[in-house]
Amino acid sequence: MNRFPNHRILPYGLLLPSLTVIVVFLIIPFGQAVYQSFFRVSPFGRQLRYVGWRNYLEMFQSSEYLFSFQNTLIFSILVIGIGLTISLVIALLTTQKIRGAGFYQIAFIWTYAMSPIIAGVMWSLVFDPSIGILTHAIAGVTGYRINYFTDTVAAFILVTVASVWVMLGYNICFFVAGLQNVPHELREAAAIDGATAWQTFWVVTFPMLSPTTAFLIFVNTVYAFFQSFGLIDVVTQGGPNRTTEFLIYKIYRDGFGRMQEGQAAAQSVVLFILVAIVGAFQIYTSTKKSVYNR
Amino acid sequence: MRISRKKLQHLGIHAILILTLLAVAFPIYYAFIMATHTHQDAYAFPPILTPGDQLMPNITEAWSRVDMSVVLNNSLIIAVIVSIGKIVFSILAAFAFTHFKFRGSWFLFPLCMVTQMMPLPVRVIPLYQTMANLGWLNTYRALTIPYLASTTGIILFRQFYMTVPEELADAARVDGASPMQYLRNILIPLSWTNIAALLVIEFVYMWNEYLWPNIVTTASDMRVAQMGLRMLYTSERGAAEWNIIMAGTLVIMLPPLIVLILFRKQFAQGIAMQTTK
Repeated sequence: MNRFPNHRILPYGLLLPSLTVIVVFLIIPFGQAVYQSFFRVSPFGRQLRYVGWRNYLEMFQSSEYLFSFQNTLIFSILVIGIGLTISLVIALLTTQKIRGAGFYQIAFIWTYAMSPIIAGVMWSLVFDPSIGILTHAIAGVTGYRINYFTDTVAAFILVTVASVWVMLGYNICFFVAGLQNVPHELREAAAIDGATAWQTFWVVTFPMLSPTTAFLIFVNTVYAFFQSFGLIDVVTQGGPNRTTEFLIYKIYRDGFGRMQEGQAAAQSVVLFILVAIVGAFQIYTSTKKSVYNR
Repeated sequence: MRISRKKLQHLGIHAILILTLLAVAFPIYYAFIMATHTHQDAYAFPPILTPGDQLMPNITEAWSRVDMSVVLNNSLIIAVIVSIGKIVFSILAAFAFTHFKFRGSWFLFPLCMVTQMMPLPVRVIPLYQTMANLGWLNTYRALTIPYLASTTGIILFRQFYMTVPEELADAARVDGASPMQYLRNILIPLSWTNIAALLVIEFVYMWNEYLWPNIVTTASDMRVAQMGLRMLYTSERGAAEWNIIMAGTLVIMLPPLIVLILFRKQFAQGIAMQTTK
């Protein structure tokens, strides 16, 4: 690791650009967010008033916040669960010894280039109450016309489907790469020992894939918690009845719309803790003595 | 004729993959169809699923309703600046972590990794105040500088530099090359795949950014592509001019798609490198 032993100062110089950005625009603002979460802006003027843990206590007593918290968790679990399952199945199929496997592996990649807003715009056309093709189809079968402007379930399904869709390309790409790293000999050995394809998957492939899966769980959590903001802001604005007002959207509304900086800062800190838990899980999974001592 | 079980199985796999691919591609196809019709045809029932001939007029219309050249230009500028900046910063940091022994590296490396846990939205309010204090609101500085540190980039280059044979650096040292000469003349020319992969990741990321640009820009000439799309969508949604909305959507989604398609191989290789240890 030490290929240029006579240079003691240079490495600090090399790190300076990245470290400056990290300290000035990440660590310090985050520290300020923690600090602000113990204060409130007084109704008169810009004076800060220390309130201790009150922002946190009131937050967890607010039914509005708890509703947002609950819906964010449901949304994240759905996006992760449905998205990763579909992606893994597709990745498994494209890594079989079939003709055109390379084509399929590339063919799904492009949803990665789509923004959450683009996903939202496209799927809101599919779900459109008057001309959406899905609305027509459902009305044709059941006679019921879905309307995501008023129907909370339809709105929730719309944002979930658009999110799963936009993450597919990225997830498939990572699973394909992960699957190609699983040594062939291991799967063949299991097959020789008489394991079915189903058993081989659960005993060999899936455990070997756990670093990739953990990484994708983290990335998809970040998506569900933060990147979904654009989708919500453009398509549902948190509605109907606050059903899609996820935590990040609420922070934005409280912090910039209602000027409740202290309360919004407390929400940011809680959101950070949630992300940190998932991140710690990912780091733990990818650094622990790997499964089967690879 | 007897079809073997294996052949049947392969046929099934192809069928599933093709059907999934069609389902995934459908919203884009539907958007494209919309963008090629008049307002009236877009409302036809049963829906028309073949392209019409109104694509160019619709794009022209969308172009004039949002200041398309302004928002595309701004997004292009910030995406290019941030991509290049992140590539340079990550290469320098990864070079330090893999080629030198120095005090504090046990602490500085995790510090660089922790940034992944602090996505911008978590610190959005204080960061906004910092920008206001610096007088950076409505400038390219606010839209680029806070993004320049990259965990992904440092990991990507570090993984690769650890695999470069040590003899290469030794030979360079014996020849009297300084570390920076070694970096420039030997290491970077070997890194093009990683550079292209990171370019795709960061270009797509910046092009699709919305929350932060939305907060730090108020001037109409500083708006970015995603904000343009939101304006087009919310202003035309009432009149439900889906043909205009979708024409604009196609224009705005094109640049990152082109970058991804151009460098898809390098992107896939870069991802493969990230998943190996």
